[in-house]
Amino acid sequence: MGLKKLPEPVKQLNWAGREIRRPLPVLGAVFLFALTITVARAQTDCLMCHSDKTMQDSKGHSIAVDGKTFDASVHGALGCSACHADIKEYPHPEHVTKVECKSCHADQAAALQGSVHAESKDHPCTSCHGDAHSIFPKTDVRSTVYPLNIPNTCGKCHGTNGMAAKHGLKSTFPSYMDSIHGFALSQEGLLVAANCQSCHGSHHILSSKNPASPTYRTNIPKTCGTCHAKIEMKYDAGAHGHGLAKGDKKAPVCTDCHTAHAIVQPTESNFRANTTPLCGGCHEEKLSTYHDTFHSQLGLLGGYVQTARCWDCHGAHDVLPASDPKSMIAPANLVTTCSKCHAGANARFVKYQPHADAYNFKQNPALYLIRMFMNVLLISVLTFFLIHTILWIVRSRREHMKRNGANGGNHG
Amino acid sequence: MAEAEKTLVESTAKQPEVKRFIRRFTRQQRQMHAVLFTTFLGLAATGLPLRFSESIWARGLARTVGGFGAIIFFHKFCALILTVAFLIHVKEIFKRGIQKREKGIFWGPTSMVANWKDVKDLLGHFRWFLGMGPRPKFERYAYWEKFDYWAVFWGMVVIGFSGYAMWFAPFFARFLPGWALNAALVVHGEEGLLAILFIFSIHFVNTHLRPESFPMDMVIFTGVESEEEFKEKRPLEYERMVKEGKLDERRGDEPEDWFVRFSRYVGFSAIAFGLLLLVLTLTAMLQ
Repeated sequence: MGLKKLPEPVKQLNWAGREIRRPLPVLGAVFLFALTITVARAQTDCLMCHSDKTMQDSKGHSIAVDGKTFDASVHGALGCSACHADIKEYPHPEHVTKVECKSCHADQAAALQGSVHAESKDHPCTSCHGDAHSIFPKTDVRSTVYPLNIPNTCGKCHGTNGMAAKHGLKSTFPSYMDSIHGFALSQEGLLVAANCQSCHGSHHILSSKNPASPTYRTNIPKTCGTCHAKIEMKYDAGAHGHGLAKGDKKAPVCTDCHTAHAIVQPTESNFRANTTPLCGGCHEEKLSTYHDTFHSQLGLLGGYVQTARCWDCHGAHDVLPASDPKSMIAPANLVTTCSKCHAGANARFVKYQPHADAYNFKQNPALYLIRMFMNVLLISVLTFFLIHTILWIVRSRREHMKRNGANGGNHG
Repeated sequence: MAEAEKTLVESTAKQPEVKRFIRRFTRQQRQMHAVLFTTFLGLAATGLPLRFSESIWARGLARTVGGFGAIIFFHKFCALILTVAFLIHVKEIFKRGIQKREKGIFWGPTSMVANWKDVKDLLGHFRWFLGMGPRPKFERYAYWEKFDYWAVFWGMVVIGFSGYAMWFAPFFARFLPGWALNAALVVHGEEGLLAILFIFSIHFVNTHLRPESFPMDMVIFTGVESEEEFKEKRPLEYERMVKEGKLDERRGDEPEDWFVRFSRYVGFSAIAFGLLLLVLTLTAMLQ
């Protein structure tokens, strides 16, 4: 059986020929020439057995190697013995030493050490980089860590029913893929679109609870700002950015409004319709008075998302108090702000109170009294006529029965 | 048994032939009521989801009719029609009262303006409710009918004005203070709510559902009522007609069957729809 797979001279020539053609400095070329000859020889020897696709070790793990792929991979030039250094002769012992990537990739191994993946029982390197014999540079489209492939690679564990679920972690892959980042990456192939490692890093991934992590609360504006630089500047200049800088833990960061993985276009109706309660989480009283207004009444009905939401008037990233002249709601800027929707808004128009509390006499006595008058009118009219009507029905019914009874009707 | 039934059928079939009818409302008045109640139902159905936009049914209702855009369109559409009807009515009063100098428009038994008799009728009616006196004799318009009229009149002015103020807010802001726009929504919403609660409970019962008229007083649809009913419900007007010798002028034809049936369908649908809206309103208020 095995004899059939013995040396194929054509293949050998091919490998040697291809390696020689590499454009390298002369000295290097000479060195590499010598090396490749040896490497090729060694690989040929190993592949005499390991090219059999069905080959398995005693535990049933595949120990087959696709020579062509390995040759094209980033480690192809190194040959077998660079990693499997303990194998020096044929036949080799049944048990061979486990290959340690860190013997070459010491920096990455060190970074991995403190990370959330350090405790992984699976091989920490191949889980992400894929099969050890077909690793490609991250700029190569075949690489599992090529930007377009990263979400799928991470998603193997961080998806529905993935490994992460066993550790009580959320399934983030589907929401990422539906997000604007995921869309840009998977549909448009936009290489600069944020993928997992853009925010989380690669080897040294830390928990978001770790202050050194780029996804730690206070680091998030900076992390998002890596791409969204101008937004970060605006955020830093706004009240929320100020709050965060002062160490206010309640100050919202990017992910509080946009979420971390399910980020959508903020102009999308879903986002517009569902985000006001987020602001209201802190600004409770403002949300409640907003609910009393026409803006909110329209907005809540759905299907119509154009009505003013918090950020339409207050700004989104550079939200500032009205006392700040740069604020969208500073008295001098109100006409401009309201005119975004209300063409023809004038100085009197903007005296409208978008957060008027009709139950607060001090804030707006006229509104309070009008509201009071309307309530009293409603209650007194209804109470009076309710009594009037009930008495009437009772009396009429009795009269009716009396008459029908006298007539010999069967209602008596 | 079969013969007895036959005579019963014959006797009931003969009865309407002897019935004589008295005209109560003109064609224009009936049309006005029809426009009023259809637009009012439309305004209520589209206004309620806005007023109670946080209620469980508001969103679903909005979605069924085609979202908020459809709601506000329909609301404004009904408002415009009702405004036109209101203006026609005001013009009619002006024509009859000022140009033709019909005194009965502003004063006297045929006027909608309240008078001393209405106060006495109200008190007398309460005494009758409690079994402490005879039933007051009513004229052409009883006090609760006048109240209905003025409630609608005042309601249309208030709701209409506040509604247009919000519709054309930047324009109205030229001569109204900013807080008036806040007040407009409060007034519009509360007055609308009062109108809905009043019409769908008090007006429905007082006019249609009370035992004397149950299940519906058809006079606003057909314009006529039987002489018997007229005499019973408005004895003073009847006496006045007899005294003035005008009863024959007021005689009307028996409404045609198909028209009565049609009116009944429309009327019952309106009442059913109104009651449904009343239930929705009450659920939202209690929520």
